[in-house]
Amino acid sequence: MTTAVTISLNVNGERVEASVLPRLNLADFLRDHLKLTGTHVGCEHGVCGACTVRVNGDIVRSCLLLAVQMHHATVETIEGLSDSGEIADLQSAFRERNALQCGFCTPGMLMAAQDLLKQSPCPDREQIREHLSGNYCRCTGYQAIIDAIETTARARTGRLP
Amino acid sequence: MKASAFAYARATSVANALELLTAHGEGAKVLSGGQSLLPAMNLRLLAPDLIVDIGELAELRGIVVKEGALSIGALTRHADLLKSPEIATHAPLLTDAVAHVAHPAIRNRGTLGGSLAHADPASELPACMLTLGATIIARGPGGERRIAASEFFAGIYETALKPQELLVAVELPVTPKYSTHFFHEFARRHGDYAIVGLAAQAFVRDGRFTDLRLGFFAVGDRPLLARSAGKLVDVAITSAVLSEAFSALDEELDPLDDHQATPAMRRHLAKVLLARCVSSLLGRPDLRMGASA
Repeated sequence: MTTAVTISLNVNGERVEASVLPRLNLADFLRDHLKLTGTHVGCEHGVCGACTVRVNGDIVRSCLLLAVQMHHATVETIEGLSDSGEIADLQSAFRERNALQCGFCTPGMLMAAQDLLKQSPCPDREQIREHLSGNYCRCTGYQAIIDAIETTARARTGRLP
Repeated sequence: MKASAFAYARATSVANALELLTAHGEGAKVLSGGQSLLPAMNLRLLAPDLIVDIGELAELRGIVVKEGALSIGALTRHADLLKSPEIATHAPLLTDAVAHVAHPAIRNRGTLGGSLAHADPASELPACMLTLGATIIARGPGGERRIAASEFFAGIYETALKPQELLVAVELPVTPKYSTHFFHEFARRHGDYAIVGLAAQAFVRDGRFTDLRLGFFAVGDRPLLARSAGKLVDVAITSAVLSEAFSALDEELDPLDDHQATPAMRRHLAKVLLARCVSSLLGRPDLRMGASA
């Protein structure tokens, strides 16, 4: 029974059928099988947040889900959010505020930030910090990331700085 | 690291899950949200032969209030608990506690049943179950069994569940209208494992506790419902009374030594939490300093 299992899911709007071993996690499935390498793999035990993706609309750790659990699920990765233009303003704010340096954490940061802005359009800095508490950044010291998210929130709600 | 190879079965019903567990015994592990199980497997701390995925058993997910009790399905996710108006009204301690469980992306998958069955001594929800006087409902080949939370946690990652049993639900008495609660934990980063935490519920009348339940976590190999709470009930609280409670609490603690803290540090922080709890619930800022003892 350690044999492959057939799964059918939707990834960034496209139907995907695959045959996967049970031990394969979603992050590796996205990266190695679908070549969607924007999802990064850092700690592989749920601490760093670099592998954050959306499953059925909710952000999750793709290293803590098995690909076999994704049968009939809808998965959105950074490539999907980027291509659809959903987070174009957030990405631009990150760039302008130098909210990324090496970029390793950025896909996960953008996923978590967009999740927060969808749930609460005008978060204060403390709420932003709390929502990003599960995402590590080893370059920026976080201040610029929080600035970029705050700026995006203001712009989206028409409260320009 | 990656998990070692295992076989996978997607349970189609509770009965089907029980059949699989009965057939495979201790070689099988139940996968609900997977937010503790998968890290342990990725780190190769666990290497089950078979994963029984109960994630699609919708009948195990949901919150119902009836006849003075809250019934919460085992697959109810942390995010469901956090957003539930029923939990906010009838078990507000739990709403406060869940906000401290890991991070949003993990709360979206992690489940109440999974957290309790995993029984990490540093977890928030097992301690809340003790404080709230929960009953844990397990189903096995011989039918259903009700286990008091105080009998459920047996050690580090150990519970009263048998390998053939599935935790299906939790029942909590509805929190009485006039009770108050306190929840706090010390952690290196918001959402990280607690170094020490306290989930408390109380009745206060005329500046005294008429009832006080103190559920500590990360102070031993399992959550602790502190008997020393009794020292603070039906008495006027002074710093001397609080000191006595500190000593009694100290006797009950058996903190572990790990990379986060020494046992001495955990003992100290447990006292700090107790002082803050008493001070906050009684509205007595003067008692907050009692922690220097």
